[in-house]
Amino acid sequence: MSMLAYDGTAMLGRQLLRLRNNPGLLILTQTMPISMLLFFGYVFGSALAVPGEEYRSFLVPGLLVATASGGIMAGMFQAAQDTHRGVTNRFRTLPMSRAAVPLGQAAADLVATALGTVPFLLVGLAVGWRVEGSLLEAVGALALLMLFRFACTWAGIHLGLLTRNEEAAGQLGGATFLLPLLSSAYIPTSGLPGWLRTVAEWNPISALATALRDLFGNAPVPDGAAWPVAHPVAGSILWCVVLLGVFVPLAVRQYAHGEQ
Amino acid sequence: MTSTYAVLSEGLEKRFGEVRALRGLELAVPQGTVCGILGPNGAGKTTAVRLLTTLLRPDAGSARVAGHDLVREAAAVRKRISVTGQDTSIDGDLTGRQNLQLFGRLYRVRGPAGRSAELLDRFGLTEAADRPASTWSGGMRRRLDLAASLVRRPDVLFLDEPTTGLDPVSRTLIRDVVRDLTAEGTTVLLTTQYLEEADQLADDIALVDRGRVTHTGSPAQLKSLVGAHAEVVVPDADTLAEAAAVLDRLTGAQPSFDHERNAVGAVSKDPTLTIPLLVRALDTAGVPLLDVSLRPPTLDDVFLRLTETAPPKTTETTGTTDERERAA
Repeated sequence: MSMLAYDGTAMLGRQLLRLRNNPGLLILTQTMPISMLLFFGYVFGSALAVPGEEYRSFLVPGLLVATASGGIMAGMFQAAQDTHRGVTNRFRTLPMSRAAVPLGQAAADLVATALGTVPFLLVGLAVGWRVEGSLLEAVGALALLMLFRFACTWAGIHLGLLTRNEEAAGQLGGATFLLPLLSSAYIPTSGLPGWLRTVAEWNPISALATALRDLFGNAPVPDGAAWPVAHPVAGSILWCVVLLGVFVPLAVRQYAHGEQ
Repeated sequence: MTSTYAVLSEGLEKRFGEVRALRGLELAVPQGTVCGILGPNGAGKTTAVRLLTTLLRPDAGSARVAGHDLVREAAAVRKRISVTGQDTSIDGDLTGRQNLQLFGRLYRVRGPAGRSAELLDRFGLTEAADRPASTWSGGMRRRLDLAASLVRRPDVLFLDEPTTGLDPVSRTLIRDVVRDLTAEGTTVLLTTQYLEEADQLADDIALVDRGRVTHTGSPAQLKSLVGAHAEVVVPDADTLAEAAAVLDRLTGAQPSFDHERNAVGAVSKDPTLTIPLLVRALDTAGVPLLDVSLRPPTLDDVFLRLTETAPPKTTETTGTTDERERAA
């Protein structure tokens, strides 16, 4: 265990150095959600029946979760890139903990996400979003968001180690942009036709988005929703536990076994 | 007995789908020596390295590396080996110094900063040390890759085609580093496609062809197995067969034809074959001559000669290694 802690810290250090050597990358990853907030919030928002400010308050937690789900893409791309460039295999020949490389990557991603969330929330505040609940609940919302990002990154790392090819990972990763579209990230699911609503509400992103809206006090939990959305905090935690329970062992196994 | 061998493998097999990459690889590398694994592309050299460095698991057979079983004691093997692969596998987003310090930490080196500075100096990389490695030249990255393998002295160092695409200065540097390492007791196993490189670096050479070690010996021993490449050019196609018969008798090898040039060549098994001998025999047989030549064996010749039993005897031409590879 101390071996994992030591090697994991070394790998976290590696990823943070990369971040420090390329600070532009961090800024770049945040331009997308901020632009989406402005486009969706003002362009779509003006066409909706709800007042613009109310929609933007609804959108900020949704975009936070949608961006967190991008951990799948980020994790996948980086793991595939390292594998493609031979870096992963080089680490595999070192006398180090088998879980350290993916853990270091996921932990560093968390640091980057936490840093990147700050400017996004500042823009959110500027367009009218507010923390309308207690501070404790708001902290809980952010903790849930980080937990979800962590789980998504592990899923991505597993897929990246599996594909081994950065171009394929980029293509596949692009498809993850679709995931938030079939959820309550951008729109309330209550208006969807029956079966589509069920699918969208069983999308983990919906549970997380509803939980954040509830904890920030931006929007109430919708009536008559599927279980994970009707009990958003418990549903979110459960989703994260399930994702981590599946993808952490898979990613570590995939790392340890390589191409065997 | 096993302890005197740094690498000892028995019947290693590896299959990728339909392809049998390794078919019973046998290696015995004494401690503190340099073993060159020599073979054409696709012979199984890289697969062998990936197996012996715990990256791949053998389908059959066993091996001990640095005194530990490859499969059951993989973690112990990893503690004692270093690997510099065919493609540079350092992190381009980190500087050279950051890369070495990371490896130093992972190898639990005391004072990774000092050791990194030492290695940067040794490999002539101090000036560029604090620039991202992605901005470095290919040769510099290869040198950094090797330096990363040496942050602590490994018992066994694996070098997969270490000098492919390197400038002469880097090649000399790598040669010197390998010599120093073996002087300190490290065993080096390197793969190469170049006879010359194996010649300069290796104490012993294992010739690998189609997933198997076909011959082992010192470079001198291997060269003595193969003589010179003799070629005869005649004025017209009619006498080509007669010239071939003479060559066959003198060299004991299957001649290969170049019908466009009316030429026939063969790799001699007899190192004492000379031009006068060749000319006299051809003259006695009444073969008219345009040109006769005898040149030192190339890697192709060595392979042709040493793996000659493989193609069926009925084929008229033996072809080049490349042609056989394409056919296979």
